[in-house]
Amino acid sequence: MLQRKTNLKIQILWIILTLVIYGGVQLLIMTNVINMYYQITLITIGINIILAVGLNLIIGIAGQFSLGHAGFMSIGAYACAIVTMRMPTLLGFALGILVGIVVAGIASLLIAIPTLRLKGDYLAIATLGFSEIIRIVMVNGGDLTNGAAGLSGIPVFTSWPLLFIGIVIVILIIVNYVRSSPGRATKAICEDEIASESVGINTTKYKTIAFVIGAMSASLAGAFYASYFTVIKPENFGFMKSLDILIIVVFGGIGSITGTIIAAILLGIINIFLQSYGVLRMILYGVILIVIMIFRPGGLLGKKEFRLSAVYDFFNRKLRRREEQS
Amino acid sequence: MEQFFQQLINGLSLGSIYALIALGYTMVYGIIKLINFAHGEVYMIGGYVGYFAIAVLGLPVLPAILIAMVVCAVIGVLIERVAYRPLRKAPRITMLITAIGVSFLLQYTVMFFVGPDVKTFPQMTNQVFDIFGVLINEQQVYILVITVVLMLILQFVVKKTKMGRAMRAVSVDPEAAQLMGININTTISFTFAIGSALAGAAGVLVGLYYNSIDPLMGVTMGLKAFIAAVFGGIGIIPGAMLGGFGIGFIEIFASGYISSLIKDGVVYGLLILILLVKPSGLLGKNEKEKV
Repeated sequence: MLQRKTNLKIQILWIILTLVIYGGVQLLIMTNVINMYYQITLITIGINIILAVGLNLIIGIAGQFSLGHAGFMSIGAYACAIVTMRMPTLLGFALGILVGIVVAGIASLLIAIPTLRLKGDYLAIATLGFSEIIRIVMVNGGDLTNGAAGLSGIPVFTSWPLLFIGIVIVILIIVNYVRSSPGRATKAICEDEIASESVGINTTKYKTIAFVIGAMSASLAGAFYASYFTVIKPENFGFMKSLDILIIVVFGGIGSITGTIIAAILLGIINIFLQSYGVLRMILYGVILIVIMIFRPGGLLGKKEFRLSAVYDFFNRKLRRREEQS
Repeated sequence: MEQFFQQLINGLSLGSIYALIALGYTMVYGIIKLINFAHGEVYMIGGYVGYFAIAVLGLPVLPAILIAMVVCAVIGVLIERVAYRPLRKAPRITMLITAIGVSFLLQYTVMFFVGPDVKTFPQMTNQVFDIFGVLINEQQVYILVITVVLMLILQFVVKKTKMGRAMRAVSVDPEAAQLMGININTTISFTFAIGSALAGAAGVLVGLYYNSIDPLMGVTMGLKAFIAAVFGGIGIIPGAMLGGFGIGFIEIFASGYISSLIKDGVVYGLLILILLVKPSGLLGKNEKEKV
C-alpha cells in the first residue's frame, strides 16, 4: 500500500517535471530567447532525441548493432511528405505519420527476420546495405518521390508542442518496454545471447520487437523532419545521417536512455557554437569525438539512468533523518 | 561481344582499385577486429598527394605513386598510434566511433587546406590501344599493372617475410603471438602502414582514371571497398582481392546492362544475399561460436 502511494507520487512528480520542461521551453520561445534561428536547433535536437532513443533501444538494450537507422527515418519522411502534400491538413499530417510508421514497421520486420541471425559487425553491414537500398528506391521512385531532386514544398506542421508530445510518447513507450518483462528478456540477450537462449528466451522474437520499435520511432522522427524543413532529398538520409545518430547514442552511453537525451541536447548546443567556424567545425567535431572516446569510452553516462524515484528517496531519507534528530 | 569485353576491361580497372583499398580494410580487420572507417580518407589523401606531386612538382606518375604510398603509410601509422592504440581494450563500438571521428578530422582538414571543390587531375598522354575492337586506354594499363605488382609484393611480404608471419600470427591469436616473442604494437603499426600505402596508391590511380579528386571522395569509395572486403571474407587477403574484382565487375555490368542508377542497389543487394547465405564471406570459414 505504501509502495503504491510512493509510486503514484513519483508518477505525479514525473508529470510535473515534464510539464515544467515543456512550459520552460515554451516560455523561452514566447519571450524570444529562443528565436527563429535557435528554433531550428531546438527542433533538430527534438528529432535527434526521438531517433537516438529508438536506436539506443536497438543497440544498447537489444545489443544489435544497426547502421541503417536513417533508412527508416527516410521512410517516415517520405510517407509524411507524400500524404501531406496531397492532404495539407493536420489530419493529413497524422495520417502521414501513421502511414510512415506502418510502412517502416513492415519494412523493418522484413529486414529483421533474415538479418538478425547475423552477429555484430556483419549485422551492421547488412543494415547499412538495407538502408542504402531504401535510399536507392527513393532515388528511383519516379514521380512519387521525385528522384534525386527530392520533394519540396512540404506543408509545415511540426511545431514545438507537437514535437514535444512525440518525444514524450516515444520515450514513454521505450522506457516502459525496457522495464517490462519482454524488455528484461531483451536486455538479457544483450548481455549474453547464447546464455539467454539456453534459458528459454526466444532471442529472435525479442530482437525483432526491439528493432521494429526502433524503426517505427525513426519513422516518426522522419515525419517531423520532413514537415519542418519542407524539403527532403534521398541524400539527407544516407550513411552520414545514420552515423550522426549513432554518435549521439555512443556519446551519451550505450544502454542509457537518459544519456542519449543529454547527448542529443549537448551535441545540438555544441553545433550552434561551432556553426560560425565553417569547415573548422567538422574538424573540431572529429577531434571532440576522438578525445571523448579515448577518455570516456563508455559514453557520458555509461549505463546509468536518471530515476526520479532515487531523487525522491534521497530527499525522503534526509527529511526523515531531520525529523528523528529534532 | 565486343561490348562485353569492353565492360570486362572496365570492370577489371574499377575492381583493381576496389581491391587495393579493400586489402587495407581486411588486414586491419583481421588484426585488430576494427572496421577502420578512416581508411577511405587515407585513400583520399593519397589522391591529393599524387595530385600535388604530379601537378605542382611535375613528377612522373610512378614517383608520384611512391610518394603517395609513403605519405599514406606514415598517416596510417599515426592514426593507429594516436587514435586506436589507447582504445585497444575498449569495446569495439567505441573504436568504431573513434574511426568515424578520425575520418571527419581527415576529410575536413584536407578541405580546410585545399577547399571543397573538385580538383582536376592532370591528364596523361591518353593513348588508347585498340585490341580487336576493345578499347583500352593508358590509364587502365597503368592501373592493372600497378595493382598486380603491388598485390604480388603484398603476397610476398605476408607469406615469406618474418613481419608477414608475425602479422598472420597476431591475427590468429594476439596473446599466443606475444608469448612467442612477437611485438604486437610493431606488427599492428606495420599492418596499418602496408594497408594505408595500398590505399594511397589507389588514390593516385583513381585520380588518373577519373581525372578528378575531392575531399569527400573517400566516403563512397571506402564503403564500396569495405563491402568488397566483406564480400570476399573480411580478414582474408585473397578474399579482398576476389571481392574487389567481384564488386567492380558487378557494378560495371549492372550499370552497363541494366541502369547506372541502380548499380549501387545491385551491389548492396548482393552484399546482403552473401551475408545471409554465407556471413563470413565467399572465402571465409563458418565458425561456430563457443559457449
